[in-house]
Amino acid sequence: MTLESLSAWVALPAAILLILGGLFTAIGSLGLARLGTFFQRMHAPSLGNTLGTGCVLIASVLVSTALANRPVAHEILITVFIVITAPMTAMLLIRAAVHRSGGRPAPGPKP
Amino acid sequence: MNSLLSFAIGFAQFCFVLAMLAAAFRLLRGPSAQDRVLALDTFYMNGMLTLLMLGIRSGTTVYFDIALLIALFGFVGSVALAKFLLRGEVIEP
Repeated sequence: MTLESLSAWVALPAAILLILGGLFTAIGSLGLARLGTFFQRMHAPSLGNTLGTGCVLIASVLVSTALANRPVAHEILITVFIVITAPMTAMLLIRAAVHRSGGRPAPGPKP
Repeated sequence: MNSLLSFAIGFAQFCFVLAMLAAAFRLLRGPSAQDRVLALDTFYMNGMLTLLMLGIRSGTTVYFDIALLIALFGFVGSVALAKFLLRGEVIEP
């Protein structure tokens, strides 16, 4: 079974999830490029990338399950891994930033 | 309906490439070291998602293994860099 012979019941939710995931990831990474201070830049990719990865992996589970005609769920492994590790990376980076800024509170946005 | 799916795959790939460009911009320009580490984190995650898009498009499971490896080693690298920024060394005696 190839990608061209997928039924609409699989193709439509997978397409919607892929578009949503791509939009979330692009918005999060554009926030990384656009926002002002480091503590503002921290939010955008860690939220947007986790959500986008979740959407894309659910779409991948849908498509590969339909292609193989049996439940294929090993993409869940990447989802669980990302959901566990993304907050840990964010927390370590924030602690490193606070440590490198001399323990002062985070500077506010410039007026 | 399948042209819709292939359009969605192309759109998602375009979004991921755009996100990788934004992360590369921050990686090159970032004023502090933690900005660059964060940009690298975003960069590997978008690369992993691009590989998953290739996997959906080609219908094989080879790309899934590569994506899992990228997620694993990217996390280890980000944590090592953050630990180095925090403490000054990665593995403490």
